[in-house]
Amino acid sequence: MNQARWVVLMSEGAGRLWLFLVLLFLYLPILVLAVMGLNDSVHYTLPFAFTTRWYEDLAGNERLLQASFNSVAVALANTLIATTLGTMAALAFARYRFRGRTALQLLLFPPITIPWLIIGTSMLVLFFWTGIGRGLHAMLLGHVALSLPYVIIVVGARLASIGPDLEEAAASLGATPFQSLVRVQLPVMAPGIVAAALFAFAVSFDQFVISYFLAPPGVSVLPVEIFSAIRKGFTPEVNAISTIMIVVSMTVLLLFARLSKFGGER
Amino acid sequence: MRIETRRRWAIAWLTGPAYLWLAVTIFLPLSAMLYFSFQKKGPFGRHASEFSLKHYEAFFTKGYLQDLMWRSLEMGFHVTGLCILIGFPAAYWLARRIHGRWREALFLLIVLPFWSNALVRVFSWTIVLRPDGVLDRAVHLVIPGLPTIDLTDSYAAIIIGLVHSYLPYMILTCFLSLQAIDESLLEAARSLGARSWTILGRIILPLAVPGLAAGSILIFVPVIGSFFEPRLLGGPKGTVIGTVIEEQFTVVSNWPLGGALSFILLAIVLLILAVSAPVLKNHMRTT
Repeated sequence: MNQARWVVLMSEGAGRLWLFLVLLFLYLPILVLAVMGLNDSVHYTLPFAFTTRWYEDLAGNERLLQASFNSVAVALANTLIATTLGTMAALAFARYRFRGRTALQLLLFPPITIPWLIIGTSMLVLFFWTGIGRGLHAMLLGHVALSLPYVIIVVGARLASIGPDLEEAAASLGATPFQSLVRVQLPVMAPGIVAAALFAFAVSFDQFVISYFLAPPGVSVLPVEIFSAIRKGFTPEVNAISTIMIVVSMTVLLLFARLSKFGGER
Repeated sequence: MRIETRRRWAIAWLTGPAYLWLAVTIFLPLSAMLYFSFQKKGPFGRHASEFSLKHYEAFFTKGYLQDLMWRSLEMGFHVTGLCILIGFPAAYWLARRIHGRWREALFLLIVLPFWSNALVRVFSWTIVLRPDGVLDRAVHLVIPGLPTIDLTDSYAAIIIGLVHSYLPYMILTCFLSLQAIDESLLEAARSLGARSWTILGRIILPLAVPGLAAGSILIFVPVIGSFFEPRLLGGPKGTVIGTVIEEQFTVVSNWPLGGALSFILLAIVLLILAVSAPVLKNHMRTT
């Protein structure tokens, strides 16, 4: 009997240790990255000496500042367009049963599942061929395409949890379809829409592969700039800007998680 | 009849813009690439279009391209396998043994890095794995006198970076299927005298197959199409089919060959999905 309890305790400990090790594995490199951005050594040598000079250097780095500005601008435009178009499509799927509905929903999977390398290079081919060309506008076209499936899925999930009752109640009380949409449906959908918008922002802000193939020389966004810095040789300045990126996207996604009630039952 | 017309217009107006966008930015580009993969030359300069199979032939006649494709597939198997070995026990513990707010918080902690920039996380590994880096120092702290550990530009570094990138996928999908297992099923087994190993092997694992399969597909497909992870972590040893495809577009401008290799890669992905689909379907029916 005693031995059995001991075994249970052992396995209990082993399971927790395993989870802890997994978390350590996931977060250790990120922590190292952040710490080295505060270390006063160009060659990443220890012992650690605290400095904020890499962050101060960022303020004078025109290229990185411009790239950051471009990143945020593209991400905001992407959020606006993808959330609007995606919400419209999600409304149609929730409200109507029509021929081709399943087919349209299945079409959302290729953008998610085909490797970005193939999607990115295909966009390069088409945009070059048709004269759309490369640049921020091309990146925006691509980012919206990648965000749309997620927006439709997230808003759709919210709509599915609401069900058609509210809309029917509004109609039976004499609301016009437009009144019902603006005064009843949109307010209850709001958490889903905001969550989808946050997710769309993160998709674009973190997107590297598509932007990489669609960036002409001289125009870039943060991940593209970081990539070329890593390849050409880098200083802890890259750590500083990377840390900022990680903090921004993690904050956005934590907000998303709160709004969409993601993870675990409640 | 008028209601039916209005209904149709509403559907068209609501879905039209999103799907028009997807058509122009996903499906048209893929078609254009398919078209050029069967052309002799890419869309540069003035020349008549000329049908050609030579880029597909190149793959079947040039041994090194097949070797690289094989290397990518091998990389996919290694990464997926490691993700199962590391991720499944973690998902199991999280789903079955930890409850309440703790579970929610841990779950969020596991999926959170997954959504942060993949490139930045690969970059962080280059700093951890370099000679005199964090790993090197930590190992020497425990066992002094070992030779320097330098994983820069190695296959191991690529695998570590990719497992780090995709592990949360496996934990997520396994967690969802493990969480759905009815506790009374396990209690019944226990009360009938089944040992823990029997329960794990005959009940839990079979019920977790959909999660394992979904996670494997979600990891395998992007890994065999990866290019910047092998490039940054593997250096000269990091040449895989993904980096070759990338080079056709960024360095040597042989777009038709890049297109042909992309579609061969896609065909292999579809083949693997087609082979695994019946297994998956069967399984879901019987369980």
